[in-house]
Amino acid sequence: MIRDTSIGAKLWITAVWAVTIFFVLNVLAIIATVIVSSLGTRWLGTWLPNAFTFNWYASAWREFQLGPVLFVTFQIAFTVVALSGLLGVTAAYAMARRDFPGKRLIMLLFLLPLLVPPITFGIPLATVLYQFNVGGTFWGVVLANLVPTVPFVILVMIPFIEQIDPKVEAAARVFGAGTFKLFVYVLMPMLIPGILAALLLVLVRTVAMFELTFLTAGPTSQTLVVSLYYAVFASGVRAVQSIDAMAVIYMVSTLVWLLVALRFVNPTQIVARGNQSSAAH
Amino acid sequence: MQLASMPFNEIRLDRMSRAFGALNALREITLSIRKGEFIALLGPSGCGKSTALNCIAGLLSTTGGGIYIDDKRIDQFKPEDRGFGMVFQNYALFPHMSVRKNIGFGLKMRGRPQSEIDIKVEEAIALVRLQGHADKLPGQLSGGQQQRVAIARAIVIEPPLVLMDEPLSNLDAKLRLEMRAEIRRIHNQMKATTIYVTHDQDEALSLADRIVVLRDGVIRQVGTPHELYEKPAHLDVAEFMGFRNRFAGKVISREGDRATVSAGSFSVSGTVVGALQPGASAVLAVRPDDVMLAEQASGGVPVTVDTIEYRGREYVGIARTGDGVEIVFHADRAPAQGGAVALSIDPARALIFGA
Amino acid sequence: MAMSHSTPMEAKSLRQKLALRGIDGVTLLVLPSVIFVLAIFIYPFFYGLMLSFSPMREGGMFANYAAFFSDPYLYNTIGATLRLAIPVTILSVAFAVPVAMRVRLMKRQRLLTTILVLPITLGTVLVAQGMLNYLGPQGWFSRTLMLIGLVDSPVKLTNNYWGVFLSLVVTVFPFTFLLTLSYVTGIDPALEKAAATHGASSWQRFRHVMLPLLVPGLAIAFCLTFVQAFAVFPSAVLLGAPSGPTRVISIAAAQAAFEQYDFTMASAIAMIMGVVQLCIVLIVLVVRNLFYRGATSGGKG
Repeated sequence: MIRDTSIGAKLWITAVWAVTIFFVLNVLAIIATVIVSSLGTRWLGTWLPNAFTFNWYASAWREFQLGPVLFVTFQIAFTVVALSGLLGVTAAYAMARRDFPGKRLIMLLFLLPLLVPPITFGIPLATVLYQFNVGGTFWGVVLANLVPTVPFVILVMIPFIEQIDPKVEAAARVFGAGTFKLFVYVLMPMLIPGILAALLLVLVRTVAMFELTFLTAGPTSQTLVVSLYYAVFASGVRAVQSIDAMAVIYMVSTLVWLLVALRFVNPTQIVARGNQSSAAH
Repeated sequence: MQLASMPFNEIRLDRMSRAFGALNALREITLSIRKGEFIALLGPSGCGKSTALNCIAGLLSTTGGGIYIDDKRIDQFKPEDRGFGMVFQNYALFPHMSVRKNIGFGLKMRGRPQSEIDIKVEEAIALVRLQGHADKLPGQLSGGQQQRVAIARAIVIEPPLVLMDEPLSNLDAKLRLEMRAEIRRIHNQMKATTIYVTHDQDEALSLADRIVVLRDGVIRQVGTPHELYEKPAHLDVAEFMGFRNRFAGKVISREGDRATVSAGSFSVSGTVVGALQPGASAVLAVRPDDVMLAEQASGGVPVTVDTIEYRGREYVGIARTGDGVEIVFHADRAPAQGGAVALSIDPARALIFGA
Repeated sequence: MAMSHSTPMEAKSLRQKLALRGIDGVTLLVLPSVIFVLAIFIYPFFYGLMLSFSPMREGGMFANYAAFFSDPYLYNTIGATLRLAIPVTILSVAFAVPVAMRVRLMKRQRLLTTILVLPITLGTVLVAQGMLNYLGPQGWFSRTLMLIGLVDSPVKLTNNYWGVFLSLVVTVFPFTFLLTLSYVTGIDPALEKAAATHGASSWQRFRHVMLPLLVPGLAIAFCLTFVQAFAVFPSAVLLGAPSGPTRVISIAAAQAAFEQYDFTMASAIAMIMGVVQLCIVLIVLVVRNLFYRGATSGGKG
């Protein structure tokens, strides 16, 4: 944009980039440590392990029963994706297309679960779920995870639906499409990129959601991230490398979806979209 | 350092160029602008006129040539050090500042004492007739009022040069005419040297002392509105100046600057622009208001009338020659639609360009 | 949308009345989500609030709150959490602004923003696990410092305040930054150009144009960052000293719930946590309202 070539400006720019690069290097190093450790035979007091092996993955798989844990994780995640998609997209459509009394209040209602951190509302939520005997079960974990994801889908989808000209829908109706056909032939094809992006992000969020799952999961409904927490918590019992191997498996199971999602959205939107509407006032 | 209110005689662009990679957006633009002159940069979108303005403002760096105020070279200066004023296409008013603060911004940045800022801002508000709106935020103003604030903000600093980037393009037709007169009035009063970018030839003709026509990053013609309107130097300038009817053909005879072009089944006489010899391919261009119904059927171009529209004082018709070439003409009476008539073209007002 | 031709006259007129106020079949689509949020978010909140007033211990309605504020092992958690959350938040916002101002000028922001989104996506548990290795006495961080010669022996950065502090910075800064970046890029670039052509230097442009326009967004970014940092939990356990200086309020709540099985006390602590967050957020929002808020583009509409 506007060039600034004075020495002070150059120093300042260099300092800003130095801080940024330092931060990024540390983030990458943290991730790399986990990966290197999971592949090393023994790693004590040196820059790199003595030798490399894949054995820790096999032992982690066995010791932490990762097969069933992964199965439960994705069962929960995909259930959450399906339900939050169904609830979120329909609500977003109504919010985008109609003005009705109390709309601002409802908007606030949808914003709150995104603004209040999970650990704060998770404890009373877990209490209620245990009261109704769903605490500790599969459905308990699903319900808890839906609390932030349904509003998330709504807030991502509202601007997406708003940008579709209502005249397109009117045209479809004029040419004889009923509500169902309108949705299947006209709306869905136009909304698919948005829905896909929103649901992929929901998937990532659910796989990575520690607090809510930790508070509501029982022994058979633990997801990978909760198992990882318990493994790190009780470290000393198992080899560090084995825990790291588990951590890498967790990383892969999250990042795959993130990478797919990033084909559809800008990283900035992952944090910003949901909060933009609250920023307006 | 500030250049504002520095006495000077002219601003000179000397082979100013700007390339974006392999694309030459501006090629060796050379132009001198006298103090107090109102220059319009006219051209279709993508011709480089906005690039030129941004280079002069310092918002874009040039890739060749220089910009001078008298003999002082300024193209290496940062925009804030050039001391110019600028009116942006979408006004770019600071949304968090009142009208008064917006207008006083440049003076404040120059560290002028508050008492002086107050007086000058008050004068500028009076000049653009915004008394009573001074404490509003830009969001509370109409488009035309925002436009006035943008103009006041640019001229209050008494800059050596005011740059205007299509300032009227966001207004509706009626307001556009009103603001055009307003800009004219303010210029007459302030005599601020101005470069005005537009793609609208009416704006350029009615506002400018001189018009610079740009196309593909090159100056095609520089002249007063009258010169450009009457004597466009190139076919594309002529197109811009309303020469809607064009006939491609060959020069069959020439006498002085008068020549005759044969365009298929008919031939027309016109005035030659440049050097064209008989046998050369040429295009004859003429404005619709210089094409009339011929009194006698023998004297003109025989055509069939396609459509005829009543425009109040006269009629405007579209007709077709035997080869299917379309001609737009003016008439004081309505010929029958579908009827055969002859059109006469005033040779003094039809121009012949080399093709 | 849900009009049918056989609707009786009077029902139709009611339907028309509702439609005039914007309520029709389409509007009703919002109901399932509203009911869900009311049942699974709002109801538990009030349930927890009521529960916190029916303590398992002696001492009447407010016994849980009285117990919390009379036991330093409990009430000190507020201070411990604030000592982590406030510096981290201020640091994140203070660094996010200059970095975002530079990054907005970059043509290829995507790589940087993708790397920064990693710690957010991976979450606190994984970052804590990675940092245990990385910041540990044998980790790359201390090794590098020793290699450069900045320190003689490994720095102790795990199982104390600094471990939690750094892990919070790693997970929270990218969040603040991406949020700030979206605000910074939302400001019409023409405004900065206008300021420059009217004589404002780069510092003046930032001070008089960019900063005032950013303040409302930054206030929101500050609140959201703070609220996240205040809810720090897994890294405080894994990387910190969970019975010492990083005994944060969520640890107290989780212990009450899952070690003492006193859900009334856990709810009370959760309510206190919410109130403290709300207080800080309100303070920030009151300060923010002293500034301009509204459009960040300079044109009409």
